[in-house]
Amino acid sequence: MDIFGIPVQALMGQLLIGLINGSFYALLSLGLAVIFGLLNIINFAHGAFYMMGAFGAYLLLNKLGLNYWWALLLSPIIVGAVGVVLERTMLKRLYQLDHLYGLLLTFGLALIIQGLFRNEFGSSGLPYAIPAQLSGGQNLGFMFLPNYRAWVIVASLIVCLLTWYVIEHTRLGGYLRAATENPQLVQAFGINVPRMITLTFGFGVGLAALAGVMAAPIYQVGPLMGADLIIVVFAVVVIGGMGSIMGAIVTGFGLGLVEGLTKVFYPEASTTVIFVIMTIVLLLRPAGLFGAEK
Amino acid sequence: MKRKLLCSLIAGIGLAAGGLAHAEVSGGVVKIGVLSDMSGPYADLSGPGSVVAAKMAAEDYVKQTGSKLKIEIVSGDHQNKPDVGSSITRKWIDSEGVDMILDVPTSSVMFAVAEVVKEKNKVLVDSTGGSSDMTGKSCNANTVHWTYDTWMLAHGTGSAVVKSGGDSWFFLTADYAFGHALEKDTSEVVKANGGKVLGSVKVPLGTTDFSSFLLQAQGSKAKIVGLANAGNDTINSIKQAAEFGIVKGGQKMAGLLVFISDVHGLGLQTAQGLQLTETFYWNQDDGARAWSKRFGERHGGKMPTSAQAGVYAGMLHYLKAVDALQEDADGAKVVAEMKKLPTDDPLFGKGVVREDGRKIHPAYLFEVKTPAESKAPWDYYKLVQTIPADQAFRPLKDGNCPLVK
Repeated sequence: MDIFGIPVQALMGQLLIGLINGSFYALLSLGLAVIFGLLNIINFAHGAFYMMGAFGAYLLLNKLGLNYWWALLLSPIIVGAVGVVLERTMLKRLYQLDHLYGLLLTFGLALIIQGLFRNEFGSSGLPYAIPAQLSGGQNLGFMFLPNYRAWVIVASLIVCLLTWYVIEHTRLGGYLRAATENPQLVQAFGINVPRMITLTFGFGVGLAALAGVMAAPIYQVGPLMGADLIIVVFAVVVIGGMGSIMGAIVTGFGLGLVEGLTKVFYPEASTTVIFVIMTIVLLLRPAGLFGAEK
Repeated sequence: MKRKLLCSLIAGIGLAAGGLAHAEVSGGVVKIGVLSDMSGPYADLSGPGSVVAAKMAAEDYVKQTGSKLKIEIVSGDHQNKPDVGSSITRKWIDSEGVDMILDVPTSSVMFAVAEVVKEKNKVLVDSTGGSSDMTGKSCNANTVHWTYDTWMLAHGTGSAVVKSGGDSWFFLTADYAFGHALEKDTSEVVKANGGKVLGSVKVPLGTTDFSSFLLQAQGSKAKIVGLANAGNDTINSIKQAAEFGIVKGGQKMAGLLVFISDVHGLGLQTAQGLQLTETFYWNQDDGARAWSKRFGERHGGKMPTSAQAGVYAGMLHYLKAVDALQEDADGAKVVAEMKKLPTDDPLFGKGVVREDGRKIHPAYLFEVKTPAESKAPWDYYKLVQTIPADQAFRPLKDGNCPLVK
């Protein structure tokens, strides 16, 4: 059976692949949305943190002999700590200023971090093997699904939903949301708002690093891996609605699917289709699909 | 104090005399610009390593020949953008007295630089750009194309793979001039050798996820998945092909342009069994090994790629021609001299620069070793077949180069 001249089997395969890519988009845009929604910072260094997460995994393995599972735990913590330091020393000075200053600062940081890694490790990337427990794959009949990729979908779905739940449905999340609406009032209730903001930034950065660790076995661990992805992820966040957690998750997966389909029907457009959608969405709904008009 | 004065005086006289003796060498120095990708996807295979190779060429040439030439090297980053490449070239030639441009990866930049160099009558010795049009319809009297080109890659890998049973192909093609040319050239070779091309997919440059395209390759049931791409695109496609069990499923990968830095980045575990064509491998003989060891000492232990070896060899030959003429201002004249002199260097052996600017040397079909076969760091390739110099490159008459009458 064919749909538009493409065998159903191939189509299913592409949809599944789209879902896998979508899980990376979702995980990355989630971190961006958290940071923007709660801190009002357009974090252009997000791609660099993602890259640092992957390098963290590589260095933990090659310098300390710690495997993938350790990296999954430690790398986000380490990179998140770097994020905390950057927030404390630089970003916190910018909260009173226009968005643009945060954007420029983080963009500069991204360039510096990428430059340092490129000097140290070269540009063609370093190998990172798929963990032994997840190597191999399943023959689904319509496609060969590597076990590792199946794991990526499941893991990122869990992380995304957990994050959404914490922010939207727990007391901690409630404090966070309240602090963004009216920091003085929340502070008056005895809650340490600056610390909460710092930790939130660290958490967002940690999410990027987590995506980086998950990406390391699939892509080369290279200094430019974040730079390649960040523009797409920004498009995802804009389409979903800046700051909307659910928007980031849903559009992340959704756009992965759209991209996967484009790769079947017209591969040449696969890198631009997301921006075409972004343009259309911005024209029709300037706040994004899930964003609230302010 | 007196002694210092005397020394300065003698040095001054020496300088002046040197200047007199080489009045025809513009500005008293041969100035060479290494124009490369210093920070992007091709920085590891050329970039800073090419600058090291050029410096070694300058030092070795003076040491070995006792030449009186003064050689100066500058370097620049063209960022793989033709406009950046041509504006650096213009600036170098117009205001800094650069006589020769070296390296220049990325075909589009190579052509842009070649235009400027021709207009200013200087010299381009291109080691790293790929398109065979450089010595075909776009050839000119100021350019020498040194290490490899797309015709050579297509014929080397293409015909060898078909002859060893890989008679049906599916291409993953980088969606720009270089990829298209490589796919077209290789398809022709495959068909000429009795093989079939079952399909191809054009992949935008800088795609990081190749899984959709690999699924299409898998679905095509072609015996060979041909990679008409370069640098990080090649690395990612090979890595992900391993993940999707393409090779385990019985299909083979053929890398049409693979540098040793790519294999190093992939690791043997993933790259093993890959067939590729090269004109230089650091471990191929004693001369190459000795030079590569010195190179490695100056470049963080990394062994040279063929592109970097070509920078070294090409520059040596250029210096020979300048020395023979005692002039470097008239680029076309220097290139004519380079074509007249036979080439001989420790890396590519004896060869010639042909009328169309094509440097001629043998090419080699290598297979990447398994981790067990590799005995030392960077010990990656085993020789499958040597393609003699007279067959490795496109015959002179087939290129339609206007210089060839």
